[in-house]
Amino acid sequence: MTTTSAPALDVEGLCVDLSTPSGTVRAVDGVSFSVRHGRTLALLGESGCGKSMTALSVVGLLDPTASVTGGAVRVRGKDTLRLSPAERRKLAGPVLSIVFQDALTALNPVQPVGRQIGEPFRIHRGLSRRQAEEKAIELMTRVGIPEPRQRAKSYPHQFSGGMRQRLLIAMAVALDPDVLIADEPTTALDVTVQAQIMRLLRDLQDERDMAVVLITHDLAVVAQRADDVVVMYAGTVVEQGTVHDVFTSPRHPYTRGLLDSVPEDAERGRPLPAVPGSPPELSAVPPGCVFQARCPLVRERCVRERPSLRSAGDGRSAACHFSEELDRA
Amino acid sequence: MVTFLRKRILSSAIPLVCVVLGVFFLARMTGDPVDLYLPLSATAEQRAEFSAAQGFDLSIPAQLWNYLVDAVHLDFGTSLRTGQSATEMVLDAFPVTLQLAGVTMLLAITGAVLIGSLAAYRPNSLVDRIASLLSMTAASIPDFWFAVMGVLVFGVSLAWLPTSGTLGGPEVWVLPVATLLIRPFGVLVQVVRGSMVSALSAPYVKIARSKGATPRRVIFGHALRNAVTPVLTVAGDLTVGLVNGAVIVETIFGWPGIGKLMIDSILQRDFAVLQAAVLLTAVTIFALNILVDVCHALTDPRVRQAVPA
Repeated sequence: MTTTSAPALDVEGLCVDLSTPSGTVRAVDGVSFSVRHGRTLALLGESGCGKSMTALSVVGLLDPTASVTGGAVRVRGKDTLRLSPAERRKLAGPVLSIVFQDALTALNPVQPVGRQIGEPFRIHRGLSRRQAEEKAIELMTRVGIPEPRQRAKSYPHQFSGGMRQRLLIAMAVALDPDVLIADEPTTALDVTVQAQIMRLLRDLQDERDMAVVLITHDLAVVAQRADDVVVMYAGTVVEQGTVHDVFTSPRHPYTRGLLDSVPEDAERGRPLPAVPGSPPELSAVPPGCVFQARCPLVRERCVRERPSLRSAGDGRSAACHFSEELDRA
Repeated sequence: MVTFLRKRILSSAIPLVCVVLGVFFLARMTGDPVDLYLPLSATAEQRAEFSAAQGFDLSIPAQLWNYLVDAVHLDFGTSLRTGQSATEMVLDAFPVTLQLAGVTMLLAITGAVLIGSLAAYRPNSLVDRIASLLSMTAASIPDFWFAVMGVLVFGVSLAWLPTSGTLGGPEVWVLPVATLLIRPFGVLVQVVRGSMVSALSAPYVKIARSKGATPRRVIFGHALRNAVTPVLTVAGDLTVGLVNGAVIVETIFGWPGIGKLMIDSILQRDFAVLQAAVLLTAVTIFALNILVDVCHALTDPRVRQAVPA
């Protein structure tokens, strides 16, 4: 159906507006990226940078206060933003799927988990309740739930946090989606459990040749897990490239600041370096470069003119007028 | 579930005993029945004879003991007014109130779930605004005013509906039910809307949508059962209020229910009937609360599990 060279997901110039009591603000401004089958792309950024909003627009789950105002989200050659709600629903599950951060609230508290995990089969394959439950038990076995047959009848509150995340993943991969979006899938978990969940995701991805979009603010997770990275700041992409390139030689001062603020043993006893200041309010993003207020390289041109995302060689790009200065700096 | 029920019933027993005692003492504070029943010219012997026949001459503790022993046997004595058994009178009147309250709540809940869900599906839409305005108005109208206006407009001016009584076709139900309905309906629409709005914005609803569920599946399969808990609680409370509200409505519309019976027996110092009526009402209210709890346990597995075996 899809050749390996075509991207499983192609997002182009995505814009999302958010209506707030004080007016409309642009939460996502011209975000583009694409992921191929079997690859993992990380959307990296701090809270409020628009990474989750981007993910929710891709799967069509934005809140009513937010609306996509431009761009395209292409899967299997179709722009999902141009589809009717019914056509969209046909893609939800078999093509696009999502795992949320908080597995307790993401599972319906009053339904047995087996029924929830089996639901995609009922919706898309028309299986009976009993057949769907059998499928759910298979999936629960696959994601490592002990005694799946008995546990399928349990309710979400009867599982630990790690087990709930496994259940949520089982549900998301039920129909072998092309693209799995994982929105901070391990943030709410213990470190040891985080590692198990990440391994499970990796194994499932390899098994099913899924494209994974990993949304996170955790640099370590990106380094271990992703192939490519898109760094977001105030609703825009400031840098993108392979994780190796971006992490070894960042071409945007924001990426550089993030990487510098990772604590290392050599720096024990010294204050942690941090990016000074905080991101701009979405209602007050400056006309020039979005990062100007916190940038060590800022000069007059940055205030006047917003840098566009331009190639920085080897298939990577950065949105900085002076990215060359970061080389070997 | 059996353990759950047993615990729930036991925990209602203590307040029930308090009600039984309260009824006994409060009724005796309203005045001496001997004054009320015998003419002013009655001789001291006549008064003493009447007291002895009704057991009013005994000491208060002795009266209380008799009352308690009889209450256990569901014998509340005979009515001073009619000479009928009090239990019988109460049991005759009770179904009338129960029907009135039942029909009212059935209509209120059905209507509120429909309108509240519609309003919640698109918050701030036109439907939502109209529903909010209507429910706010309905919840704020005093029922006695509504009843009197209803009688005036539809009963007297237009003469479409009977003003009182239970004889006749379905039209006799309209005004009493409408009067009782208006407040619970208004309150319930707001509760249904509120809990539906929060259920629909919950992450599990997003996940359901991410599985490709249709709006109908999302609302009825996922959101409604989660939204139902607060609705049940409030509906239970409102039903209790309805049993009390029946006092007003039954008096205005002349329905021979338990509310009217209570008012009449207070006015006539008819202790036996009053005690029986209040007690039955109290038991009903306890039963209603237990029913609401059972419904909670049925709809929410977390409540079910919270009860230690």
